[in-house]
Amino acid sequence: MTNTTSLSKNAAPVTDADSHFDRKGLVQMILLGLLLLLPVAAYFLGHTYYVNLASRVTIIAMAAVGLNLAIGYGGMVSFGHAAYFGLGGYVAGISAYHAFDLTPFMSWPFSVPGSDSLLVVWLAAVVLCALLALAIGAISLRTTGVYFIMITLAFAQMIYYFANSWPTYGGQDGLPIYIRNTLPLVDSTDALTYFLICFTGLVFAMALTSRLMKSRFGAALTMARLNDVRLATAGVSPYPIRLVAFVISAAITGLAGALYADLNGFVSPSMLSWHFSGELMVIVILGGVGRLYGPLAGAVLFVMMETLLGGITEYWQLFLGLVLLGVVLFAKHGVMGWLAGSERNE
Amino acid sequence: MSDAILSLQNLHKRFGALQATNDVSLDLRPGEIHALIGPNGAGKSTLIGQIAGSLRPDEGRVYLADTDITTMSIAERARLGLGRSFQVSSLAEPLSVMRNVMMGVQALQSHSFRFWKPVARDQQLLKPAYEALERMQLSHRAWTPVFELSHGERRQVEVACALALKPRALLLDEPMAGLGPEGSAKLTELLEALKLEVPILLIEHDMEAVFRLADRISVLVSGSVIAHGDSQTIKQDPRVREAYLGDSDA
Repeated sequence: MTNTTSLSKNAAPVTDADSHFDRKGLVQMILLGLLLLLPVAAYFLGHTYYVNLASRVTIIAMAAVGLNLAIGYGGMVSFGHAAYFGLGGYVAGISAYHAFDLTPFMSWPFSVPGSDSLLVVWLAAVVLCALLALAIGAISLRTTGVYFIMITLAFAQMIYYFANSWPTYGGQDGLPIYIRNTLPLVDSTDALTYFLICFTGLVFAMALTSRLMKSRFGAALTMARLNDVRLATAGVSPYPIRLVAFVISAAITGLAGALYADLNGFVSPSMLSWHFSGELMVIVILGGVGRLYGPLAGAVLFVMMETLLGGITEYWQLFLGLVLLGVVLFAKHGVMGWLAGSERNE
Repeated sequence: MSDAILSLQNLHKRFGALQATNDVSLDLRPGEIHALIGPNGAGKSTLIGQIAGSLRPDEGRVYLADTDITTMSIAERARLGLGRSFQVSSLAEPLSVMRNVMMGVQALQSHSFRFWKPVARDQQLLKPAYEALERMQLSHRAWTPVFELSHGERRQVEVACALALKPRALLLDEPMAGLGPEGSAKLTELLEALKLEVPILLIEHDMEAVFRLADRISVLVSGSVIAHGDSQTIKQDPRVREAYLGDSDA
């Protein structure tokens, strides 16, 4: 309880990011540069495994960028973002399934065929996740605090159990994507190409967040998080502002989900489970709540621990827990706060 | 209807057995400061809630100019020109003074679903906000985070935030509370200059300030207005002396 309130109150103040070159800018450049260059190097050294690992980091970071918009910038502690990640994944999976099968997804009242085009899949994932978030958010945002956390969790679990019990698309066994969905002109099955697609997605999501938070909408969202009574007294209703932020947040996470399913060639209910919602929250907190580069730093740390420690012991999450404890106790602003210093107010 | 900017008509509000507001009618006319005083528990906060929009009256209406605002939300009332300050100052503390004031300007200009243009260099927002701060003699603190301000300065920021809405009426809830004599005198001066432009409904404990500032005074006791008039009338009213001044003025 205390945790969640401090989470939203301590989240990023309004920042005047990257107006000049400083320590923060340097840390951010190094982080993004390494994420781009290491997989390229690995690819030419023939280590495709590491390229795919980098794609995984990138996609999870992107999903966390979405969640960070809700938690860090909007003060809405959603414990159900796996719902959008999973829905995005299932959009990719189901679309590919019907394209492969040459059967329509639905034939009444109008015919919707499957598609193996990434552009179509992404658009569908974003639109459907936005609609789902609009419905879930419209109800959940009537509550605050612990109730908001629980109601978002409840909705996500409903969708999880629904996917689990729907045999058409594999039920609990999940749904394979035999051939990765395609883009015009480029070969999406190439590991490096796919990594670059994911990387572009991540940069796009971060740039969008940054731009958004500097706009009038961002100013209103920041004030909704810090003091919603003040926002209302200033003449702006907090509820629609929060709802739109929640929808954008879900759309970003959903797009990441679609990328993830195509990366793995597989989608299963585990993408929808509350474990993943929890992991995303851990990543956001590790990296720095309400920090633009926080989700990226958090995802790098998370996947590195999972891969390195996970190779040594299956109890690697014990160490993850210790690191999380350390961050929460000693580095309130997460890894980014520790590396790049605290944010400046304006 | 009269030329009142803000008028309350026969407001009633009950909480269970407690009649917190009992048939209250009062109005606020152009160019005046109308003070509302009353001992603790008189129902002042409940009444403010009904004017500002956080509470709905059980009966009665609230008008801002000729618009019935009884069922409007807090934000709608604000956009129509009802500015308010809080008893315990309520600002976004990590943000600068400017950012707090700018929000009112933003709400007035358009809806807030504008996602692209950065606010940091938006003259359309900065200029009016700066003017509101100047009115409260606070422009030198524009870029200071609110948590670094003194108590008195925060009071001024609240009023500046309200001014940013280009209000037709101001509702100030104990603006002098917790201010030293110096701060209180300064704010009194600022409000005196302000009232010619924007009429003020002033809820205040500081009797000295009330008697100096108010053109009219209404006294609220147990949810009802028991007396109404200028300072002299109120000072001499025996019921008021008994209910209120009697114990604090001895």
